[in-house]
Amino acid sequence: MEKDINNIDKSKAKIKKRSQLKSIVYRYKKNKLAILGAVIFIVLIIISISADLIVDFEKDAVAQNMKERLMTPNEDHIFGTDQYGRDIFARIIFGSRVSLFVGLITIAISLTFGSLIGATAGYYGGKTDDILMRIMDIFLAIPSLLLAISIVAALGPGMINLLIALSVSQVPRFARIVRSSILSIKDQEFIEAAKACGTKNSRIILKHILPNAMGPIIVQATLNMASTILNIAALSFIGLGIQPPTPEWGSMLSDVKTQMRYYPYLAIIPGIAIIIAVMSLNLIGDGLRDALDPKLKN
Amino acid sequence: MLRYLLRRTFQMIPVLLGISFIIFSIMAFTPGDPAKLILGENATVEAVTELREEMGLNENFFVRYFKYVLDALKGDFGVSYRNKIPVFDELFSRFPTTLKLTFWAIFISVIIGIPVGIISAVKQYTIIDNSSLVITLILTSIPGFWLGLMLIMLFSLKLGWLPATGIDTWKHFVLPSVTLAGSCMATVIRMTRSTMLEVIRQDYIRTARAKGADEKRVILKHGFKNALLPIITVVGLTFGLQLGGAIITESVFAIPGLGTLMVTSVRMKDIPMVMASVLFIAFAIGIINLIVDILYAFIDPRVKAQYEKK
Amino acid sequence: MAEKLLKIDDLRVVYRTDEATVKAVNGLNLSIDKGETLGLVGETGAGKTTTALSILRLLPEKIGIIESGNIQLDGIDILKATEADMRLLRGNTMSMIFQDPMTSLNPIMKIGEQIGEVLELHNPEMDENTRDEKVNEILQLVGLPVERKSDYPHQFSGGMKQRVIIAIALACEPKLLLADEPTTALDVTIQAQVLSMMRELKQKLGTAMILITHDLGVVAQTCDKVAIMYAGEIVELGTIKDIFESDAHHPYTIGLFGSIPDLTKTTKRLNPIKGLMPDPTNLPAGCKFHPRCDNCLEICKTQEPKSILKNTHMIKCHLYIQDKQM
Repeated sequence: MEKDINNIDKSKAKIKKRSQLKSIVYRYKKNKLAILGAVIFIVLIIISISADLIVDFEKDAVAQNMKERLMTPNEDHIFGTDQYGRDIFARIIFGSRVSLFVGLITIAISLTFGSLIGATAGYYGGKTDDILMRIMDIFLAIPSLLLAISIVAALGPGMINLLIALSVSQVPRFARIVRSSILSIKDQEFIEAAKACGTKNSRIILKHILPNAMGPIIVQATLNMASTILNIAALSFIGLGIQPPTPEWGSMLSDVKTQMRYYPYLAIIPGIAIIIAVMSLNLIGDGLRDALDPKLKN
Repeated sequence: MLRYLLRRTFQMIPVLLGISFIIFSIMAFTPGDPAKLILGENATVEAVTELREEMGLNENFFVRYFKYVLDALKGDFGVSYRNKIPVFDELFSRFPTTLKLTFWAIFISVIIGIPVGIISAVKQYTIIDNSSLVITLILTSIPGFWLGLMLIMLFSLKLGWLPATGIDTWKHFVLPSVTLAGSCMATVIRMTRSTMLEVIRQDYIRTARAKGADEKRVILKHGFKNALLPIITVVGLTFGLQLGGAIITESVFAIPGLGTLMVTSVRMKDIPMVMASVLFIAFAIGIINLIVDILYAFIDPRVKAQYEKK
Repeated sequence: MAEKLLKIDDLRVVYRTDEATVKAVNGLNLSIDKGETLGLVGETGAGKTTTALSILRLLPEKIGIIESGNIQLDGIDILKATEADMRLLRGNTMSMIFQDPMTSLNPIMKIGEQIGEVLELHNPEMDENTRDEKVNEILQLVGLPVERKSDYPHQFSGGMKQRVIIAIALACEPKLLLADEPTTALDVTIQAQVLSMMRELKQKLGTAMILITHDLGVVAQTCDKVAIMYAGEIVELGTIKDIFESDAHHPYTIGLFGSIPDLTKTTKRLNPIKGLMPDPTNLPAGCKFHPRCDNCLEICKTQEPKSILKNTHMIKCHLYIQDKQM
């Protein structure tokens, strides 16, 4: 009997989700800019995964070749070469790998931890909520870039440390949004129904609350990834992020100031790459936000 | 009112303590021995041990933390590992430059951002509105340091109108402030636009029109003034982001402010300097939030009433 | 015959959105004399507020469109007037009170200033002191203590807020006041106070008023004439006597009266009018009330009825064309 009721609850919740999902997808599809963002992002992912197929890592992206240094874009080197003779096109391609993967992993980690904290705080409320959110607030009081720099200061520069630093700096933001999503759902009736059947709290959180709270969380994740990529570039630019010779769009801009007068492409191209990647994510995030709640669009 | 101010100031204290604890804990993860760092690779074991005793590095974590806080309250943030100068002095001399840069950036964002936001809202769905949405999208996607480099390329190198490094004249602040203002402006425009859109739909706007007021008065006196509150909140919030961004901008323009100091300190593992920099910035953010709160009371009489009750 | 203060002929107003065109007002004819109070009665969605907003030309930009018709106010052609002309009229020659007092006042402006503003807008030569005195005068007129001039809206109750709004509306002694359900959002006891105050002021200043309401009780207390509105048209019009005492009525009016709960009778059920208000994007052919009418004739389904006039009583219904009896 209990199982039946649970099943009915589940299927009701699932049906609600399916038709909701359909209308969300429909609204997203209508938004041309959002589709553009999604397309660009998918292309970027494909490029980063198949980077090895397009260019050779060792030969083009890393090996220094002083005879071919500072060549403006031509047939052999579509984007030209840098101060060390490295093919910029190759570096851009491999740079996409770094940005996207570090970005994705950062968001994955911070989303997981943030959701756990936020869900616990939101669901249990009371003192737990108070304490957890106080701690989150203190973290939020520090600008995220600053927090990341502090962690890098302690651990030293490098990709792993960068990952840790950026993940930690994004956790509070996710915790907040997960908590508020949960707070708004917690009091709805189908949760009371599940509780009345004796469903365990953890099951309620996992199977009923989280799926319905997913929407705003995914929007936040996309937008946070956009700003994470910017942070990766910024930190690498000042030398505290991805270390050379690993190609990274931000670090490619580190020492162009002296050369860019005569070789502007050195400065322009990596920046355009960053803009394209970040903009695609922003478009996706905005598109999702509009698709989830068209009323907010004004 | 005064009581409220005092209360809010006291509220800042646990936050600052919390931040100091967090940063102190993070720094505790630093591999390596600070004493060795100061004395150098060839220091003798005795010298290192002696210095460790002196610096109190052998004590318990919490004891060290409390000592740090107590010293900090006296204005002693320790001595730089790098150049042995008291941290506070160097920070204090550099902070004003960073603050100046940040304020100018916010000023530019507000001066341009608010009117654009208002016009965007009033002329919703027109070309002006759509353009401003596109512009904000681009601005939030541009890395600040790249914008800085591009501005240098155009205005310094190509046109020669403005200098690219240093802080000697007002001209030196133009490009850095505009660079820093970039992302902030996007936020201001968006926030102003969405708040104005909400406000314009309110009933009291209809009342104002029914009185025979002209559009300018309706939008500015009745509309914008009511939108001011959320806008100021957001501007206050971006201050923190701007301070973070200033670190990067200073590097681009070689500005001798807190930012470049921090970057160097991180590279050189000068922990006391890094810690104190973060605390300085956190403190500045706290003060700005306080000021924003006070401004609320002046703008919205309902908020003022709440404060005075307390 | 005194010249009419307001004359509306065959007004047609639509709301045009991406999805559909809403026909809000469909051939409305109305007129009101100087100093007269006309009650405009109808359910929500009948087009009453739209009519009022059309007179003021304050329909939502781009969405609300006056398709055709003629509105004459005090000799001025409202539909041909420029926006600048309209601004001179609003708040001055005619003003409007809206439904919800809680949100109709600017929350961050002192109420004295808000009243003063309408004086300032239409009397730019008036100096500050005179304006101040006038504000005091008006506050007294609406029964508010003068000392509260420098208070903010949130410091007032609903009823007092509505008094402020009435003060703003009457400050420049307009010839016509449009009151859109001014007491609906208030407690019944406050309602009575506000209504009686409005009656007094009306008499004192000689203001004509169009009182929009769905409450027949309020109409009986305050109005000289009544117009019953349905689906964007006036289906019945007459003096209080015509509407409340005559035997001949439009079927809709009968339904309205019938659906008022009667305290003196014991009934098991209320008597709603069967059916629903028609979809304004898809109005019925012929007489718009015919799907809900118990006395529906064949002709009602295809032909729009003409207005039948007997002295001061007008009914727009085929039943009366046939009978020629009213």
